[in-house]
Amino acid sequence: MQIYLPIAEVSVNAFLLLGLGGIVGILSGMFGVGGGFLMTPLLFFIGIPPAVAVATEANQIVASSFSGVLAHFKRKTVDLRMGTVLLIGGLVGSGLGIVLFNYLRAAGQVDLLVKLCYVIFLGLIGGLMFIESLRAIRKSGKGAPPTRRKHTWVHNLPFKMKFRVSGLYISVIPPLIVGVLVGVLAAIMGVGGGFIMVPAMIYLLGMPTKVVVGTSLFQIIFVTAFTTMLHATTNYTVDIVLAVLLLVGGVIGAQIGTRIGVKMKAEQLRILLAMMVLLVCGKLAFDLLVQPAELYSIGTEGGH
Amino acid sequence: MLRLICLLCALAAPANAEEIVLGLSRDEVAITANFDGSDILIFGAVKRDAPAPTGEDLGVIITVAGPDIPVTVRRKERRLGIWVNTDSVDVAVAPSFYAVATNMPLADILSQKNDNGARISINTAIRTFGQPDGYETDFEDALIRIRQGQRLYQTLSDAVLVEDETLFRTNISMPANLTEGDYTAEIYLTRGGEIVDVYVTTIPVKKVGLERWLYNLAHENAMIYGLMSLAIAIAAGWGASAIFTMFRR
Repeated sequence: MQIYLPIAEVSVNAFLLLGLGGIVGILSGMFGVGGGFLMTPLLFFIGIPPAVAVATEANQIVASSFSGVLAHFKRKTVDLRMGTVLLIGGLVGSGLGIVLFNYLRAAGQVDLLVKLCYVIFLGLIGGLMFIESLRAIRKSGKGAPPTRRKHTWVHNLPFKMKFRVSGLYISVIPPLIVGVLVGVLAAIMGVGGGFIMVPAMIYLLGMPTKVVVGTSLFQIIFVTAFTTMLHATTNYTVDIVLAVLLLVGGVIGAQIGTRIGVKMKAEQLRILLAMMVLLVCGKLAFDLLVQPAELYSIGTEGGH
Repeated sequence: MLRLICLLCALAAPANAEEIVLGLSRDEVAITANFDGSDILIFGAVKRDAPAPTGEDLGVIITVAGPDIPVTVRRKERRLGIWVNTDSVDVAVAPSFYAVATNMPLADILSQKNDNGARISINTAIRTFGQPDGYETDFEDALIRIRQGQRLYQTLSDAVLVEDETLFRTNISMPANLTEGDYTAEIYLTRGGEIVDVYVTTIPVKKVGLERWLYNLAHENAMIYGLMSLAIAIAAGWGASAIFTMFRR
């Protein structure tokens, strides 16, 4: 069934969009990532104009994250205090990101920089997580007791705060920096930023994995809502019809995903997410390195 | 004023020994929620005061053009191992949709001079303003190639059926990814490469119903539209969560 999207001004199959939304929703619920890093490239691939894809995706992430975070609230696996600190950083970062994005667009290289950002960050984080999870699985296989978290430089910074749900007593500076970084990347790459925040929370802040997912979803809701409003009011690129189709599939998927996530071990979750991230990274890197079939591309002059 | 009209009539009468009478299967294209492209049947007849001239073939050229929108065409080159946009050319005039249907190959019924003058073939309909050293040709060709692939540019030789040198018709199929605006349909009659008559009409392409409403809201009340999008997103997220909780009980 073909459906015409009023803002994107293209006609696409409604069931294809529902399916895409569903798959990405399951991932979102399982890993606590918004799924934007998968969905945005997929939308480009089916012919949605990039500006519309990025803006609409932000709106869709609000829905799937909201659905996911409710399930986490019920299980009390959201660290509200940590979430708020990350959120403050996120809003600042998002504002900075939009400024940077507009500067890069003026330079005419925004596509390349977005793709390079994807390759670098996905590769780095995917690789780190993969190695780390492999090590963890090997350890648990031997039946060794889990090692206690070591004290690092993170624990020696000022402005310490108690995060009871996470069982942490650390400085607010690292979470703020993580929040800002995620906000910048969210604005530039058109993603929620969960795929960066989740590993940062685990490895940098030392938060327990079970709390990480709910807390990152909590932060993502507000940052993506802010981004949606920015896009809707400045570029007019939020396509509500596209968003509704994606989010119907997405919210259902997120519910299923959250339930799958509970049944799986943290190491298994991490290694799966790592593999997914590496796969997307590989595909993007491949596209940059191999000569494209069409060397020319059409852009609207001075358009959004 | 009256004198001017008389003068025009006097000039026009002998030139138009053959005239076009036109019909369209639809006088506008409405983009609805399940819009999946549109076919337009363009048909007409040649009105004559005298019997049809013999010797030179009658040529019928039908063009349908969407609104002109300037575009930037970029070319990728390998830099440090990766493919990067390097050169770009701004194409000042490029119709968002362009179809040329003819009853015979265009070169047989229209001279190059007249094509350049009336800007009928796709290559002449696109215009770049810049250094005329042929640098832009590659970029213009690329623009045409890409849009032909999307069925936005169509060259349809032998697509106009002409019966008894009088009746003609053709079918133009427009893809789903149309830009809104007034589309111009032009019909040319030619004899021996010269244009003998032209008929111009417009076909508005516009969104209707819900599509129209959403589009207007997004552009005129962006804040409300944005808040509505967020409300729908949150409601959907909450709804799904509530439904799943119900199922588990």
